[in-house]
Amino acid sequence: MVKWLEGIGNDEDVVVSTRLRLARNMANYRFPYFMTKDESEALTEEILNGMKDNVYDIPYKFYRIRDLSDIEKNVFVEKHLISPNLAKKADSGSFLIRNDERATIMINEEDHIRIQVLLPGLDFEEGWKISSKIDDFLEGKVEYAYHEQFGYLTSCPTNVGTGLRASVMVHLPCLSMTGHINTIIEGITKIGLTVRGIYGEGTKASGYLFQISNQTTIGESEKEIIKKLNRVVLQIISRERSTRAYMLDKRNHQIEDMIFRSLGILKYGRIISSQEAMNHLSNVKLGCDLGMIDNIDSKDIVNLMIKIQPASLQKTLNKELTYEERDVYRAKLIRENIRSLEG
Amino acid sequence: MLCEKCNKNNATIHFTKIINGQVEERHLCETCAKENNELEFNFEVPFSFEKLFTGLIDSIQEDPGKRKDITCPKCGLTYKKFQEVGKFGCAKCYEVFRKDISSLVKGIHGHNTHQGKVPIKTKDKVIQKKAIESLKMELEKSIEKEDFERAAYLRDEINRLREKLGEI
Repeated sequence: MVKWLEGIGNDEDVVVSTRLRLARNMANYRFPYFMTKDESEALTEEILNGMKDNVYDIPYKFYRIRDLSDIEKNVFVEKHLISPNLAKKADSGSFLIRNDERATIMINEEDHIRIQVLLPGLDFEEGWKISSKIDDFLEGKVEYAYHEQFGYLTSCPTNVGTGLRASVMVHLPCLSMTGHINTIIEGITKIGLTVRGIYGEGTKASGYLFQISNQTTIGESEKEIIKKLNRVVLQIISRERSTRAYMLDKRNHQIEDMIFRSLGILKYGRIISSQEAMNHLSNVKLGCDLGMIDNIDSKDIVNLMIKIQPASLQKTLNKELTYEERDVYRAKLIRENIRSLEG
Repeated sequence: MLCEKCNKNNATIHFTKIINGQVEERHLCETCAKENNELEFNFEVPFSFEKLFTGLIDSIQEDPGKRKDITCPKCGLTYKKFQEVGKFGCAKCYEVFRKDISSLVKGIHGHNTHQGKVPIKTKDKVIQKKAIESLKMELEKSIEKEDFERAAYLRDEINRLREKLGEI
């Protein structure tokens, strides 16, 4: 299983993961967009040197984007360990991943430093604790760009202040099927929050998975931002749950039929695209969370959702595949996995 | 009206060119206008988020055209360039363009003053600055009282703290 998914999180029937990201820059270097290669090398060295003393935390492993193959770097993206934007920074980008995969320090993404903490289920408090601790440590090692009025300075003014983007990935099949999701999205955007696809800015929602995050980063403290987001997420969880209960009550046969048809396709299909697979896996996950499918753990389905993504799929085979080959191999991988999960 | 260049399509683009006082009216179809680079602007301008938020600042200033461009002395970024790319060049830019950034950040976030975490180092600096201020007040009092021994001690103490802060 993807390491960061391991363990038990809160409200996992609806919330897949909690993510916190802190954007930081160093005072003595130009920001990444305007940096020369030499400057980015020197900055990377400085951060690595600082991290050497980080004996109190779990060990980290260092990777440079330019040393990774296309497949390898996209596997990190698909596992949500690095951003798609960092994967594109072949000349200057690098990252440190904590051995439990719950924390990543991205170097030379849009900002010099981006600290990311990823946890299973809903847990902003723990996420903030971990990310703030890494932040405090780094601050002791390098000179941060901080301004008395604007707070932590960032490349783009949309991140300035706290530099904090807190988000949750939620699975909302029933709110989506009933169309209630649209009202929720509309309401969320009115209060300084935003809804994105599962791979961040500009990506589409897939398998009824949505990412909800704060849009504004200055004017409220980190704790206030997190508190507000947490409150909204708790409301969405309870709405999704009540819609599930309602649908079970009123449309039991239809829901059951949908879930088991999806399971059937996953168990016996021979060609499947990642989009189609995501939709059926989403239905099966709902079946697990509703207790209709009791011999599969819902978390294994989330893990499978990552394993079937194009790069991860090719990584298991250790070779590049054409689109057609991918769909055939994906169907095979899903069949085998479901069979072994069912025991 | 037909396009004055190809005389086939309808002229949908009408504009007046004034170069050194010479007025010239042109009526072209879209294809001819595109081919002849008659118009400087792009027909299919992709939607740019940077343009959208940097546009916020243009509407706040009275006459953006007449405004003198400022350059950051540390990284060389001009405000015009920032408006194009939507990214700052370095930490110093925030000080150099502070006034513009204040209204820009307010436009984006609804606020422009940070309320959250303060780096531990900065926190220490604030505490030390306050300590210096109170020592200075005490120094003035000792001079008034003609307690010069005490004043000399306070002066050295202030200098020591200022040196620690990197002010001297």
